[in-house]
Amino acid sequence: MIPELGHFSLIIALCLAMVLGVLPILGAARNNQVFMGFARPLAYGQLLFVGLAFSALAHAFMSNDFSVLYVAQHSNSQLPGQYRFAAIWGGHEGSLLLWALFLSVWTAAVAVFSRHLPEEMVARVLGVMGLISVGFILFMLFTSSPFERLLPAAADGRDLNPLLQDPGLVIHPPMLYMGYVGFSVAYAFAISALLGGKLDATWARWSRPWTTVAWVFMTIGIGLGSGWAYYELGWGGWWFWDPVENASFMPWLLGTALIHSLAVTEKRGAFKSWTVLLAIAAFSLSLLGTFLVRSGVLTSVHSFAADPKRGIFILSFLVLVIGASLLLFAWRAPKVGLGGKFDMLSRESLLLSNNVLLSVASASVFIGTLYPLFMDALGYGKLSVGPPYFEAVFVPLMLPMVFMMGLGPLARWKKMAVPDLAQRVKWAFASALVLALLLPLLMGKFLSLESNKWSPMIVLGLLMAFWIIATLFVGLRQRLAGSGSLMTRIRKQSLSYYGMQLAHLGVAFFIVGVTLVKGYETERDVRMNVGDTVAAGGYEFRFNGVTESEGPNYIAGVGHVTVSHDGKIVGELTPEKRQYNVSGMPLTEAAIQTGVFRDLYVSLGEAIPESDGAWAVRVYIKPFIDWIWAGCFLMALGGILAVSDRRYRIHKKPVAKVDSPVVSIQASVPVLPEGAAS
Amino acid sequence: MMRFILPFIIFLVLSVFLYKGLGRDTREVPSPLVGKAAPAFVLPLLHEPAQQFSPKDMQGKVWLLNVWASWCGACKDEHPVLMALASQNILPIVGLDYKDKREDGELTLKKAGDPYSLVIADMDGRVGFDYGVYGVPETYVIDKQGMIAYKLIGAVTAENLREKILPLVAELKAK
Repeated sequence: MIPELGHFSLIIALCLAMVLGVLPILGAARNNQVFMGFARPLAYGQLLFVGLAFSALAHAFMSNDFSVLYVAQHSNSQLPGQYRFAAIWGGHEGSLLLWALFLSVWTAAVAVFSRHLPEEMVARVLGVMGLISVGFILFMLFTSSPFERLLPAAADGRDLNPLLQDPGLVIHPPMLYMGYVGFSVAYAFAISALLGGKLDATWARWSRPWTTVAWVFMTIGIGLGSGWAYYELGWGGWWFWDPVENASFMPWLLGTALIHSLAVTEKRGAFKSWTVLLAIAAFSLSLLGTFLVRSGVLTSVHSFAADPKRGIFILSFLVLVIGASLLLFAWRAPKVGLGGKFDMLSRESLLLSNNVLLSVASASVFIGTLYPLFMDALGYGKLSVGPPYFEAVFVPLMLPMVFMMGLGPLARWKKMAVPDLAQRVKWAFASALVLALLLPLLMGKFLSLESNKWSPMIVLGLLMAFWIIATLFVGLRQRLAGSGSLMTRIRKQSLSYYGMQLAHLGVAFFIVGVTLVKGYETERDVRMNVGDTVAAGGYEFRFNGVTESEGPNYIAGVGHVTVSHDGKIVGELTPEKRQYNVSGMPLTEAAIQTGVFRDLYVSLGEAIPESDGAWAVRVYIKPFIDWIWAGCFLMALGGILAVSDRRYRIHKKPVAKVDSPVVSIQASVPVLPEGAAS
Repeated sequence: MMRFILPFIIFLVLSVFLYKGLGRDTREVPSPLVGKAAPAFVLPLLHEPAQQFSPKDMQGKVWLLNVWASWCGACKDEHPVLMALASQNILPIVGLDYKDKREDGELTLKKAGDPYSLVIADMDGRVGFDYGVYGVPETYVIDKQGMIAYKLIGAVTAENLREKILPLVAELKAK
């Protein structure tokens, strides 16, 4: 009964979304207050009913209702409770429902936090989001209902894919989806601005915090996914350029570009049409990502069952949404005037170059990901490009980007003299260069490697990271110069300024992690008898054999490895080889001892037959790898700081006193000092 | 004006590619083994471990090698298709029980029915490795000379049986 109620709720939500997609937009076009007034209640109603549908599915999972086909396919009575819940989004149908739920959450959030916006803007934004909901809910009802029954009911479920039975899966997809779907807000704002024909700085101001929040979720989501791949797949890698990873990375790159170009559009009124195009493109890539994952067009470890009917539906939806937006853009954008002028060297020009580089990076990932599809469609056979392509294309693009990333926050708006800027950064550059050249000479001793290793790639990577940090200090010093106590001067800076600096510092951390792990990692793949030792990167790993152990829904061979350094025991690692009862699938659970400067990573290969308890064992030393995720975390934290800025909170109270909402915003934006950053 | 319509045009071209991509079967990966001799092996039968089987025994026949396991979910989907094929007596189907427990494999066939002319047991997966098995189920069409003529990754469906495998088998038999 409850699954049917869930299905029914979804139908009601569809009806509400349809009305939401039509009435308010019509109202905004005809200036009909009543129609526009429907937008908010409909948004709340939609959230309520999608929420009910989601709860119905959650109930089916938690109560082991194997008469629901989707539950029978993705759960099992032995599955621990938290994974039973996470299994809701362990398959195609459920992840769509989660997607629809988040879309409703974002829609309702816009409805709540838009009190200060003009009514027709709110109506249009909510209407556009309602239309997207219609597409997703229709998709679910027509091709992928999670509520389909399996009669007679299965005695037990087929169990969740063991790879997904991990705390990472409990949070990674929801974070990522929040990000994907969050870009729909920026998109909806852009479309509304195009519809209304008012492409001024105000729409940029309104959509900035939303874009940043979506970007924060996405950053965390991608970081978690990469961490999950690192400890769960057992290969010690953290990024595989898998089509599905790329599907999230492309909108992230464009989202990053969007955040920066929104800043320019808001502050200087420049590159308005470019910003609108970016907003459309970022969300389009989110949708395209869904298409790639769901349609089975590309093979990937993440793919769900391919079904051509689903592919056709999403493709039609994609063509409709993106095609219509781009046509609207082609129609309206030419009427947008140019914004403030700026010189060849200015903060605008640096930000614009970065925007172009990020977009090119995104496009090159796009081409690499879809290359097999293009080649096959053109009849050149089946082939694919791997990490070598992506690395060869990506690194050269990031080099100038990081260089300008250091300069951007130091440059003035509008106009900057080259000697002036050079004067400001010459010490930063010199110290970054010296450190980058010298540090690799000490690394060997520091990481207790046999010898120092000095390679141009390591120096280049370190130079990029130190350049960011050094320019960051220069910027801070410039900002904090002046009279008064240091503390008050520190407090006087806006949170968004610190947010930007923190996010940039995150990029530096990330680069340090990537550079050092690539440059200094040690890897040993050995056959070990009980009692054997293997030395790697100054550590000694002793294999003490494998014991049997039983988990809630699997049996595991637990390896015991003692790690010592200079004769002292550093730790005991217990990698597992699990065999899941229901699916029979084997799973490697790596054991990792994390540290600020290095991870010790051990995973079990296969038991060696006809031996006395010998195993193939894989041992890695991964220097600084956690800095990669620390970097992601800092970037996300920077984003959070930026949206906590005073200017986004300030409208709450004064709004009521002012008649026109537009005036109230302009009045409430604090005057920022010259050179204020995002 | 032109530059504003450009994104739309690029997108249209892209959609055509995506549409074409929909029809393509990503599971049909060209295997380096297609057109080469099926790797030789000697394995015991599942039901009678004392007896052994080698691809050489099938010389002169067109046959199907189907890799399956009791733990494999998709194998249950293709099982009825294989049962139907077996009842038509078109060609021998040899089952390769991959990385399985003997009693589990036997039990599965006893319960669901046995479409195979004979089943061989590859419990440590060594033969599967030689054949480049990377997902169960997989199905190979092997010709009279012992050459692999076709490889399918994933479940056999009535559709790809009708459109691909059976016409190929008829052609190979006529040779």
